[in-house]
Amino acid sequence: MNQSEFIKTINPFKDRLFRLAKRLLVSTEEAEDATQEVLVRLWNNRGKLKSYNSVEALAVTITKNYCLDQLKSKRATEMRIVHSNYTDRDAGLQQQAEDRDSWNWVEKIMDELPEQQKIIVQLRDIEQYEFEEIAKMMDMNETAVRVALSRARKAIREELTKKHSYGIKSN
Amino acid sequence: MELKAIEILLDKYFEAETSTAEENVLKAYFSSADVAPHLEQYRPMFGYFAGEATQKFERTVPLKTKRRKVAWLSAAAGFVLLSGLIALLNRQPEPSGALGTYDDPEVAFRETQKALNMLSSNVNVGVAGMGYLGEYEKTKEKIFKDHHNQKSKSKKK
Repeated sequence: MNQSEFIKTINPFKDRLFRLAKRLLVSTEEAEDATQEVLVRLWNNRGKLKSYNSVEALAVTITKNYCLDQLKSKRATEMRIVHSNYTDRDAGLQQQAEDRDSWNWVEKIMDELPEQQKIIVQLRDIEQYEFEEIAKMMDMNETAVRVALSRARKAIREELTKKHSYGIKSN
Repeated sequence: MELKAIEILLDKYFEAETSTAEENVLKAYFSSADVAPHLEQYRPMFGYFAGEATQKFERTVPLKTKRRKVAWLSAAAGFVLLSGLIALLNRQPEPSGALGTYDDPEVAFRETQKALNMLSSNVNVGVAGMGYLGEYEKTKEKIFKDHHNQKSKSKKK
């Protein structure tokens, strides 16, 4: 596998690896480092890549494990970088500002989730992988993935509902 | 009607029983301008998920082919070494021609003596050449001494 073939292989999913890394490591810088590390590892093992059905699933698994290792070894003094590169939508300006505010809320709620649930929500609700793929990446069975996902979604809902009704009451 | 469908999908969603297609229907619904007021609370969730999917990895990763280069280099070095060795081995047998060898020991002795005499006389030439160096040494010593004396004199002052 030469360089251009390799780049063609990783291009469709490198952003996904980065987003997963960022979900776990929080800081953009660290997430970039992690993504780079994973891609270099893949490159160094490029000879073996053809024997995998899905390089993407492999890459996600490596990223997940690498980031969890990073977290374990450091429990890093996390620097939060709140990103604001959201895409513009139909809603009005006022609405957008409110949205951004509430999105930050969702992000905070997600940060509080256990790592496994965090990863599963990331893989499903943001990256839209199928349950079968997620099960492989997580080394879990599909039912367990669904259970964890359902729990995570409900936890987010619960926190959002609290926040939402609090807002209404205070008005 | 549609609202009812959305509510059903939402229930399925929280049980993690929706397909990705159904989840996209929910995302589309919650990104539209008219979300039913009692579902308003779910809007940030789907909005956030959709927004998060747009982040990109911008860094270019250095893909080194280091290992291969080292392999090439060592192979090339090995080749050079080997060819050098072969050339050396091939050259050695050449001077084993008759040059400088004698069959008669007497002749050999005389020739050797001649060669040694020549060598010793030449050594003398070389030694004679060294005489100049001695001269140089003397001069140097003189200057150095003068210089040294001057120095000590100036110190005494």
